[in-house]
Formats: sequence, C-alpha cells, structure tokens
Amino acid sequence: MAIIIDENTNVLVMGITGRQASFHTKQMLAYGTKIVAGCTPGKGGQEVEGVPVYNTVREACEKHRIDASVIFVPAPGTKDAALENMEAGVKTVVIVTEGVPVYDEIDIVAYARRKGAYVLGPNTFGIVSGGKCKMGIPPNQYFIEGDIGVVARSGTLTYEIVGNLTANGLGQSTVVGMGGDRAVGLTFVDVLKMFEKDAQTKAVVLIGEIGGNNEEIAAEYIKEMTKPVVAFIAGKSAPPGKRMGHAGAIIERGKGTYQGKVDALTAAGAKVAPLPFEVPALIKEALGRE
Amino acid sequence: MKMFEYMGKELFAKFGIPTPKGRMAKTPEEAEKIAAEIGGPCVVKSQVLSGKRGKAGGIKFPNTPEEAKKAAEEVLGMTIQGLPVECVLVEEKLKIDKELYMSITVDGSAKQAVMIASAYGGMEIEAQPEEFIIKRHIDPELGMHPFFAREIVRRMGVGLRTPHGKEMVNIIQTLYKICKEKDAELVEINPLVFSDDRVIAADSKVTIDEDAMFRMKDLPFVEDKSPAERAAANLGLSFVDLDGDIAVMANGAGITMGTLDTLQAFGGTPRNFLDCGGGTGREATAKALDILLGLEPKGLFINIFGGITRCDDVANAFKDVYEARSGFPVPVVIRLVGTNQDAGREILGTIGVEAFDFMEDAARRIIELAK
Repeated sequence: MAIIIDENTNVLVMGITGRQASFHTKQMLAYGTKIVAGCTPGKGGQEVEGVPVYNTVREACEKHRIDASVIFVPAPGTKDAALENMEAGVKTVVIVTEGVPVYDEIDIVAYARRKGAYVLGPNTFGIVSGGKCKMGIPPNQYFIEGDIGVVARSGTLTYEIVGNLTANGLGQSTVVGMGGDRAVGLTFVDVLKMFEKDAQTKAVVLIGEIGGNNEEIAAEYIKEMTKPVVAFIAGKSAPPGKRMGHAGAIIERGKGTYQGKVDALTAAGAKVAPLPFEVPALIKEALGRE
Repeated sequence: MKMFEYMGKELFAKFGIPTPKGRMAKTPEEAEKIAAEIGGPCVVKSQVLSGKRGKAGGIKFPNTPEEAKKAAEEVLGMTIQGLPVECVLVEEKLKIDKELYMSITVDGSAKQAVMIASAYGGMEIEAQPEEFIIKRHIDPELGMHPFFAREIVRRMGVGLRTPHGKEMVNIIQTLYKICKEKDAELVEINPLVFSDDRVIAADSKVTIDEDAMFRMKDLPFVEDKSPAERAAANLGLSFVDLDGDIAVMANGAGITMGTLDTLQAFGGTPRNFLDCGGGTGREATAKALDILLGLEPKGLFINIFGGITRCDDVANAFKDVYEARSGFPVPVVIRLVGTNQDAGREILGTIGVEAFDFMEDAARRIIELAK
C-alpha cells in the first residue's frame, strides 16, 4: 500500500544531468527508487548513474513506462518541463525547483487538473513511501517503513519531525511534501483523503505553518476522518505581517494566524504539538502504543 | 517587489488605463514646472512604499506652481513610517464624483488569480461589509474576456452603455493583461475615480513577483528591503529582522520558524529569521554567517537538517568564517544532521567543534551560553 508512489513506480528524472539532479539521482537509487529514465534536452544518449538520458519526455515514454517524474530544472524552464511531462501522460509530477513565478505555477496546476495528474510542489522536498520509493531530496536514513502518514508544506521541518518519529520507532507509510509556494498542486485535504483510505496508514501527522488558510480547510475534513491526526504548526513566534521565507508564510490581515489554525485543528479533533519533537509522543498516545 | 505609485501609474498609462495628468519630481523646482504645465490646482504626493501617506501629511493640495514648489519642499525630506521621501508625484487635482475599488491578486488556496472590486472605494475599503465586495476568480485556462469584465461592472451597479461602464470594462481587462505580462502578484486601483465622464486611476499599487524578475528586465528596480535583508537577498537567502539577541541560521523556512518557536518556548529571544536552505553553497553560507555576526548578537545558533543542503558545505563555511576571524566573538552552537553528515562533522572536528544531534538539546545550550 502507501499512497501515490510505491516499489512499482517507474520514475523519470527531469534535468538529470544537472549538479543537484545527478547527486539526488544517486541518492534516490540508493534508497531503492526505480529510476528508469532521465531527460535533458540535447543530452540524449548519455547515462547518469547508469540511467539512460533522453532528449524529450515523449522519447523516454516510447522506451519505458513512466509513472512519475521528479523535476530539477531551473525555475525559468520549470513550467515547460512540468507541462511536457503531463502532456506526455505522466500522472505524478514532483517539482523540487524553488523560485518558480506564481503565474507559471497557476498554469501548471490548471493543466494538472485538466489531465487528472497529481502535482507536488513547486518548492517541495518530494515524497517518500517508507522503504519503497523516494522522489526528491530528503536524506535517506531518516525515512523508514511504517504506518504513519505525513503531509507537510515545508521540507526541512518535515525531516526534523520524521527524524523524531523514526528515532521513536515510528516508521512512515508515505511522507508527502506539498510544496512551500503560493500556488501548489495537491492540498492537505487531497492527501488526507488518500491516507484515510490507505490500509497501511494508521495515523497522520500534518505539518503546517502560519499564513494562508490550508490548515483551516484541512480541519474541516479532519472532522470526518476515522484516523487520528497530530499536527504541528510552525511560526508561533513570528510577528504579524513579516514574510518568513516561504511565500506562503505571511500573516495577512489577521487571517492564517498560529492561534486560528491551532483552534481550528483542535476543534476538529486533531492534537496539536506545541514543539516539533513533541509529535511522536502524541502519535503514540493516539495509537495507544508505549 | 513593490513599485512606487508613480511607477505603477506609468505602467497603467503604458497599457492604456487613464491616469491623472502629471509626473514624478525629485526637486521643488521640477514640481513647480510640472504644476505650471498642468495649470490649476494640483496634488503633491510623497512617494514611499507605505500607506497612510495622507495621515502623515505626505499629500498636499497646492493651487499655484509657487505653492506646488513649497509643498514639494515640505514633503521631500519627510520621513513616513521610517521611510525617507525621495521623490513626489505632481498631478492634476481631480474633481471626484465617486470613488470605487479594483484589484487583481493571486489566491493561493484557489490557485488562481482573483478579481476584487467594490463600488465603494477609497480610504475605507477595508471596513466595507462583505456584501459590498465583489470577488471572482479568473480561470487561467479561459483567461480574461470582455464578458467577465461586463459581469463585474454590472455587479458594481454601473450601466454598461455609460461612458463609465465602457471604460471600466477596458480597465478590468487591462489589469489582468498587466498581471500576466509583468508577473504582477498584485495590481490595485484605490480609488478608481469617476470625474465627470472620465474614469481615472487616482492611485496605484503594483507588486511584481520577485521570482519572475529574471524575465522582467525592463522594469525599474525598487529597494524595499533593509540592509541586512538586502545583503541576504543578494545571496539568494531570506532574512527577517527580529528584536531578540540570539542570531539564527537554519535551512528551510519551516525549520527556521520551528527553530525560532523552540528558542522562544525555552525562554530565548531570536535576533532574526535566516533561511539558508535550498542547496546554498559554501561561499554563500559563509557570507550569511558574516551577516549574522555583523548583527552583534549574544549568541549564534545554527540548525541544519541537510536534504539538498549538504552538511559538509555548511561545515566548511563555518570553518572558513572561524579561521578568517580566528574564532567566534560570541558563543556558537551548531546542530548538524542529514546529507553528508559524517563529512561535515569531521570538518568541524578539525577546529574542535562538536555538533549536536537534536534541536531540543542544541536550543537549550545556546540559550544557556547566551545568557
């Protein structure tokens, strides 16, 4: 089980010949990801870590079944790369690239809707199905197989919390990074629905942050869930009106505040951990584990 | 990047949205000359990236060129909400029959642009009840069309066959065109003014998406950051000034916020937010450390959970700064785990620095040392 990707997912790496992409191709292969192809225009015929490189996504699709693509190309070319993958029929597109213009993001998400494709990002660390498949950039050693689903807006904070889960013997079914930007593909609710249906997942960790209203919308769905949800919201100490790095993390006109999110989640039956390393204890409590 | 009012209006004029007669002046003499060209009562408006200019005395209404010169003298050199006034906009004084509101911005939850309009614009727009605010999303695949603009105008209660209605249909379509062509995440006209038969953008607020600056070469550059924010931005990093005494560097916006939250929960006070994530290399990381030390904090806390950021790059940067300064002037605690962790710790070991495994322990330690 697990959601979105598993041990049978055939992966393409977009921009595979770049410095970051080739480094992370090696890491993903070491994790066990089935990377069957790479694509960099003009570099077809080469190999990176033993993976064949093609000039276009369509060319790669002629030779392989591609289930999912992870995009590492620079921001100016990201929209083109995402559209190319979806147009070729790739159903899951993970966009690691940071700094993508917001109107490009809007176009990517709109096309994904039309094609019925899943988009994670832009500006996501990726997705890991514990012990089965990793797409993106998280450090391998902290992600182990288990029954906790994790969904997050922010990357490194997720490593922090997953690292704590793993250190406490709590492995993960799937860890999903939605991306830290303003207009990203999948939402908390999309992913929570998948976890609710997934037989492997027994409890869910939601990692949010101040700004926007994604957590408040998620709270509405959490009311209907049968599985326990533990949340952490970053930005409690942030002064209002200051943009804290993520395009999303800004408190607008009193909306999207820390307290507003905590109240909505608590009212929906989720447990909110005040600090990141308090998540494992709340999960254990919710699942009745020692 | 926020644009000054006069820049936004120049952009409007270029795209065909009517704006008041007049232009920007940097000296009282220029202001006088522009007022003479306009002939008649004028407005002299301070150009700063802040609201509340009127309340701060930054907007004057001279009747003659001489008065315009005097008004410009007063306004130039003023400081409004900490921002010095370096130029003014001199414009015709409009006869105002009605004030309306129009804007297009990005709605992240809907993942679409949204048009917001109201027949009741001006100073009190934020106090208007919901029923006077019209909101419609713009389907990115459909794009902007005249029917969309007509529906907005109808709901604003303006006749479609009136001169006002016709002009507004044009303005709405043009606003979206500006958003798309100039990657504007906000274009706002408040107020949009009816002046006899004319419809005029009496103010402008335009924010360009900083992520799109690479394809916006023809726009003027506006400095809207503090010196430390600018220094960090030049390195591709985001920095926010806070008022505590422990300087913080972490990799990723979320973990940086989580680090600040943790410090505060344990009784510490962060001096800043600095996200050095996204695969920042050795040199930029070293420069970022220099920026932090330049803040003269009581302690420095580095919290790295390497993903795309590599622990060896961070450790090398740390070592570079350590060696260049022959040690650190303040207590430093570093927590270093993740990608290339062992290599990073080995490098730190060569200068006798030990890294922490857990944020919790590291945060407690730096608070203790910074006391």
